Formats: sequence, C-alpha cells, structure tokens
Amino acid sequence: MQPKPEGLDPKTFIGQPILRNEDARFLTGGGTYSDDVTRPGMLHAAILRSSHAHGLVRGIDASEALALPGVVAVYAWADIADIAQPIPIRLAPLVGLDRFPQYCLASDKVRFVGEPIALVVAESRYIAEDALNLISVDIEELPAIVDFAGASAPKSLLHDAHGTNIASAYEVQRGDVKAAFAEADYRRRETFVCQRHTGVPMETRAVIAEWDVAAQHMTVWGATKVPFPNRATLAKMLGLEDKSVDLIEVDVGGGFGIRGEFYPEDFLIPFAAKKLGRPVKWIEDRREHLLSAQHSRDVSCILEIACKSDGTILGLYAELFVDLGAYVRTVGGVVPAKAAQFVPGPYRIANVGCSVQIFLSNKTPVGTYRAPGRYESNFFRERLIDMAAHDLGIDPAEIRRRNLVLGSEMPYGIGKLVPYEPEGEYDTGDFVAAFERALQDSDWNALNARQGEDEDGWLHGTGLACFVETGGAGPKETARLVVRKEDGGINLFIGSSALGQGHETVFAQICADALGIPFKGIRVFHGSTTYLDEGYGTYASRAIVMGGSAVLNTAETLIETMKPLAAEALGFPNEALVWKAGRFETESGGSSIGLAELAAATAQEIRADGSFSSTRRTASYGTHVAHVAVDRRTGKIRLIDYYVVEDVGRIINPLIVHGQAVGGVVQGLGGAFLENLAYDENGQFLAGSFADYLMPTATDFPSIHCTSLELSRAPSNPLGAKGAGEGGTTAAGAAIGNAVSAALRKYGAEVHELPVTPSKVWSLIAQAKAAAGQ
Amino acid sequence: MTPRTVKLRVNGEAREGQAEPRLLLADFLRHELHLTGTHVGCEHGVCGACTVIVDGRAMRSCLMFAVQAEGTEITTVEGLGTPENLSPLQDAFHRHHALQCGFCTAGILTTMTALLKEEPDPTPDRVREVLSGNLCRCTGYIPIVDAVLDAAEKIRAAKA
Repeated sequence: MQPKPEGLDPKTFIGQPILRNEDARFLTGGGTYSDDVTRPGMLHAAILRSSHAHGLVRGIDASEALALPGVVAVYAWADIADIAQPIPIRLAPLVGLDRFPQYCLASDKVRFVGEPIALVVAESRYIAEDALNLISVDIEELPAIVDFAGASAPKSLLHDAHGTNIASAYEVQRGDVKAAFAEADYRRRETFVCQRHTGVPMETRAVIAEWDVAAQHMTVWGATKVPFPNRATLAKMLGLEDKSVDLIEVDVGGGFGIRGEFYPEDFLIPFAAKKLGRPVKWIEDRREHLLSAQHSRDVSCILEIACKSDGTILGLYAELFVDLGAYVRTVGGVVPAKAAQFVPGPYRIANVGCSVQIFLSNKTPVGTYRAPGRYESNFFRERLIDMAAHDLGIDPAEIRRRNLVLGSEMPYGIGKLVPYEPEGEYDTGDFVAAFERALQDSDWNALNARQGEDEDGWLHGTGLACFVETGGAGPKETARLVVRKEDGGINLFIGSSALGQGHETVFAQICADALGIPFKGIRVFHGSTTYLDEGYGTYASRAIVMGGSAVLNTAETLIETMKPLAAEALGFPNEALVWKAGRFETESGGSSIGLAELAAATAQEIRADGSFSSTRRTASYGTHVAHVAVDRRTGKIRLIDYYVVEDVGRIINPLIVHGQAVGGVVQGLGGAFLENLAYDENGQFLAGSFADYLMPTATDFPSIHCTSLELSRAPSNPLGAKGAGEGGTTAAGAAIGNAVSAALRKYGAEVHELPVTPSKVWSLIAQAKAAAGQ
Repeated sequence: MTPRTVKLRVNGEAREGQAEPRLLLADFLRHELHLTGTHVGCEHGVCGACTVIVDGRAMRSCLMFAVQAEGTEITTVEGLGTPENLSPLQDAFHRHHALQCGFCTAGILTTMTALLKEEPDPTPDRVREVLSGNLCRCTGYIPIVDAVLDAAEKIRAAKA
C-alpha cells in the first residue's frame, strides 16, 4: 500500500494511512529499548540454567564463583526459599492447572533444560557469565518425559506430590455428537500434529530493577504486555503494596504474545536489587531466549468429521493432546482451551465435541503466541475438510461455501466449549463475503484448475483455509487526557502497552477525531504504571478495541470537564456552548475558546480520566489462499503466492493494519515451513540458536497479498473495531498443509504434520510410491 | 584482562574508549561510546541486528572484537541521518512502513546503505538476497524491499 503524501490534512484521522510517530526515533537510533537503560552503580546479572531435562538437585556450590573478582552475589533456592511464591496463573484457570506452578528458582528438582537454578550478580555481564562456569551443580538425572505416551504411562513423575503428569483433562460438547456421527453418510478420522514453535521477538527479554531504600520503592524497566497485573504479582512477591512498585515500559522490540508475561526473572532481578541496594540489569541472550521464553503450539489432535454426502458437516469430534511443558505458567491454559473452542472454526456445525488432555513434559513451559490454539485447530480442521471434500468429490471451495456461518445467522452462538467461560458467540460478520473476496483476489478458479499440474517436475497445489478469531475484550482499560499548558496540545496516557505495533500513532488518531483537534499536537504515553493508577495491557488483539474505546470515552469526559471552565472564561452559561473542531463556541458563533487559551486561563491542570470495559468479544474472520509448487524430486516447496482477506471491523490506520497482516502471514509461514523447537528423546533441547531455529528470511516468501475489510463493525465498542493482527498468522499452517497436499494428490499423500519441510515431503512421496509398488 | 585503548573514527568523529581484548565491538559501541542505536539480537552472527559499516563494508559488530576495530572508520545508524534530516533510505522506510518494533531496523539500514553505495541499482532479487542476512520478525520483509528499491531510485535521481 502506498501511503498518502506528506502534508495530508484529512478532516478525520481515523481510517487514514498516517505515517507513524514512532518511526523517526527508531530510524535514527534514538529509540530506548531495555538494554539502553542504564542506572548509576548498576550491576549485571546472569542466570545459571539447568542443562538437564529432569533431575534431582543434590547440591550447589558457588564458592568459586563468589571468589571471582567482580562477583557481588550468587543466589540459589536457599536464598529465596523463605519468601518464594509461585508464579500465578493469569488466564485460563482450567481445573487442576494450579497444582503445577513454577517457582522463580529450582528447589529440589530441575524439570526442563533452561530452568533457572541460580542468579549471579557482578560488576559486568562478562564477569557474571564467567562466574556461571564456576558454579558446580550436582544433579542426579531422572528419566525425561517428552510426549503424551510417556506422560500418561509414567515411568517418571515431574511433580511427585500430585501423582500424575496430566495437568488437566476435560470434555466439552455442543449438540449431540454421538447422534450426528450415527446418522452421517460419511466419516473420516485423522491424526494431526502442530509442532512446538513460538514468537521469538528480535529483542530478547530484559529486566532492570532499582530499589529506592529511602522511599521503599521498586522501579522495574523492561515491562510490557500486561504491566499492571505484573506489578501486582511482583508487589505481592516482594511483600510490598502495589503503589510501592512501578513497572516502566520503554521501547519494545516485538512481543507476539510471549513477551511481557510474568517470568522468573521478573522477580529475581528486583529481588537482587532490593537485597543489594544497587540497580541490577539482566538482558536475556538468544540461547536463553530460545530455552526459557515461553514456547507455544505443540498440540496433537485426533479429529473425526461426520458429513452428509452433499458435504454438509454434521459433526466434529476432537481428541486434543496439549504439551504444556514442565510447569503451568501465566497463560499456558489458553492454548488447549482455545484450540478446543476453535475446532469448529467459522462453520455451521451443530454437533461438536472435544476431549482435551493437557499434559506435562520436561520441556520449556508453554504460553500464548499470536493466534494461540487457533493456529493449531485451523490446521487440523481445514486439513480434514479438504480430505472430506476430496472423498466426497466436492470442490474444496464449494464444501466451505456450503458450511460457512451466514451473515443472517449472526450473532452466532458457539456454545460452551471453554469450561471457565460462559457460552460464546461470533458477534457479527459476513464470512461468505470475505471468503468470496479471497477466491476473487487469488483467481481461485484458475488456480484450482492447475491443481497437481506438473511443470518441469514442480507440482502445483493450491490450498484454502477459513478462520474466525475472537478477542478484543477482557479487564477494563484506562486512559487519561491532559491538556498541556504550554501549547494546548494533549498528553494521552493509556494503560495499553505497545510492543512495536504503532500505538503512539493510532491512539493519537482516535483522540484527534474524538476531540476534533490536529493529530500533531497529541503525545501518547503508554504502558508504564507511573502514568495511571490502574490499567491493564495489550493481548488478544485488544489494544484498539479496549484502549481506543477508553480514549473515546475519556475525550467525552474531557469535553464535559472543560465546559464550565470555558463558560466562565467566555462569560456564557454552559448550555450556550457547543464543542466544535477543538473549540467551545457560543451557539450564536460570536465567541469561542480553544484548548490553549483555556489551559492558559485555568489555574489547575485540565484533565480527564476514563475507561472502557467489555466482556463481549469481537469476531475477526477471513480466508487464506496458498499457491505452492513442490519439487517432486527433492521435496522442496516454493511459495508462489499467498492471499489473505480478513474483516477487522473498523480500520483506524490501514498502513498499520496492512503491516500487521503481511508480517503476521510471514510468521505463520515460519510455523508452516521452518520453525521447530525440537527436543530429543532425553528432553535435550535441539534449537538453541538461530542456526537451529530457522525463521523466515527475505528470500523465503516474496509474494504475499493481504486485504483488510470493514464489513461488520463490532457492536461491543463505540469504535466498532475488532481485533486485527492475528488474522494473517492464524490459518497459514492450514492453507500450506492444504496446498502441499493438493500438489501431492496424484500420490495420495496427505500432510498431517507441521512444519512441512522438504525432507518430510520427500518422505511422503517416497512412502506413497512404495505403497503403490512404484 | 587489562583494558586497552581503542581509537577509531565513528560517524565522522575521532573516538576512543577502553576495551578488554574480549569486548565485542557491539558492546563497545553501545556501552563504551553510548551509541545505543546498534542493537544486539543474537550474539552469534545470524540476525544482523548489530550490523555497522566498517571501512565501507557491512559487518556484524557481535562477531568483531572492539580491539579489531582499531583505526577503522565506522558508521552506525546514528551516522545515517537525524529525525529532522532522514537519509533517503530512512525516509523510504518511514513512507513504506518498513519497520514496526524497530529493533532490527538499524542493522538493516546499515546493510542496505552499504549495498546501495556499492550497487546503486539493485534488482528486487538482489535486495532480497542481501537482506536475507538480517532477520525481521514484524514486517514480513516486503515493505523493506519496497523501501530499499524506492530509496535507490531516489538516490540515483538526485545524482543524475
């Protein structure tokens, strides 16, 4: 998309491709990321992590490390035991999960490679890392659990006290699955696997903590995502009041769901700073990041479909097996809960059942990554729908068209498929319209005619995948608007955090329209707990829906707050004044006063506080189309074109929404083709560098076409906005699985497992040939 | 290890600082010379976030020791332009929304600045090939390629 030229002066800012306020500092090296924060007298921390997947800690000897010049302290479990508290669950409290929390350092056992065992604090990071090598840890190895079979027939228990490696198991259902399967003309049951992979932002995690002993106040830099709830957690762990702790959000180098949850280091570094009375900085290195920042996905599924012979889907039954790793951390339960809820996706399927087995393994704990649970279930369902279509002799587009929920059926109840939530719904939408638009954009009919075509050994294949995502709700979000005395501009404070999306631009756009004032005069301050008394943060595509609506509400309050001040300044009664284009005017139009004059004429600061609450989720939805060519000799896959059409309700800034869509697709394609947080059978981690964990590069996926629509505004919020930012990612594994399978159709080979790598494709072809006796 | 004095030119100015022999150039630039625009993304030479221009060539400052930079001429992102006076490449990044979180941006700008100096008229495939040494997790690369090609055209037009 080409942005409009500079100097643009639109009447309204919402909906315009405004270039970002953030860019100038990011482009010139002027951003302040966590590692750019330096405090006087600051020490540096490094963390000793387990190199064993599972074992008993028999002893830790840090004497040599402590003797190294420059080492200030070494802390292990014994040093925190008297105050240690488990990391609490923030979302998705499925029954049983709270038995398996992580403490901030390992005590008697280590349960995954990368688990923190000790913290070294030293005068420099180099010395701190030297000291790590001087700590000797005696670990008696135990057998590692690395899959469901091992977890469910335990030769080894991760948490002995609970007698099981199954963290939670439950069944949910809508309709009558048994009856639906009994009356169906057609049934098929397949097993699918979505591999462990995760967000991997370019900036690793970081914590800088400073204890002010005189004020008894803790300040922590490096926070993001949900600073307010994390402040409450840290305050509780340190035995302080919330108001004695501040979390500061500086520039953040990407999040994607994984960054900004409460991690062990979010306690350990402030603990050390408080204990030592000096600021302490910890910056995660990349190996640590891959080892210890939350992993995600890692869901297997046995999925069964029941259809009429015309392709009408009567029922789906899913058995889901979700590996949460060694501990249940803040949002781990979201992955299984949402994987189950989104098994039926955007289709009218009356009878849906899920049996969910959530197990523990000797792997890094799991949390949310862009489109959590959805990415996985979209892959399972869309793959099986394609298989059913092929079996029934129905075109893959036609079977979807017949089953998509219609606009006339909205709001569409989706039943109670999440144990801890009330019945769900899709609020609004025209799923078919977005679907047809994707077929049109991709010239589906022409592509479909080329399915399986052999072009010099390259087999063409095209895959479709439809999705729906609900998000954009949750705890209330808070905003404050302050009129600046010096120039009458607005300082906008928002509880939503920013992880690189462009919030300093979009919140200013919303505020400019709400007040009818120029965009340029609005400065946005976000995330830090110092700005507002309460707030929440950014996750589940909620920042614009929740934070943006809070800005709208606060702007109304500000106008009401200013009215009596303007009345006094102008010498007219309140009711004689109207707010128009950033000024109060008398109805007759004779006198008026703007923000700058009003601020100058008023002794006190002019400000307003406001918030927005919504528990009603917004449904974003759309369709992906992938066109691939597969080299039948080598298994190599070329992505020729990729199309996404999604409806996000209302677009505040099309430039930013488009950027989210394209970037999201490439992340999704990384999961489809490349990324794999692999472990061996002993629980040893095999993906500890960027040479082992492959992410998309510029040569991989050059041709991506995204269209964002405003078909259906959300009724839940005054902006009408829906979540935007996960739709590009969510169905990428599904569309690629379908496209590659379509290319391999002549062999009868089907993709059951992500990532789709050349070696797997080559094996699929070889196996199919062998089975056919070729 | 005893620190040594390292003298070099950075962004057109003579600079010096203290460096242990094992100190990485990236850490020297960031923490000794306080040029924090250069970012460290992996410390093993894959992500390219720390790329700076050393004597005209794009180099990974996490794979060089500061002492190896003695006597060199280095350009970091801070030397490419200012917020009031962006370079044509920086300006194109802004207009094309070629950055989101901004963390990888410095390394990409330095890499592409070096490329355009050597090859003022690269093809899209050539830009992608050179860019493939830098990881960006936000943008999907497409707007970056567009921005580089646009900047190349503008730089050529300005010289013509």
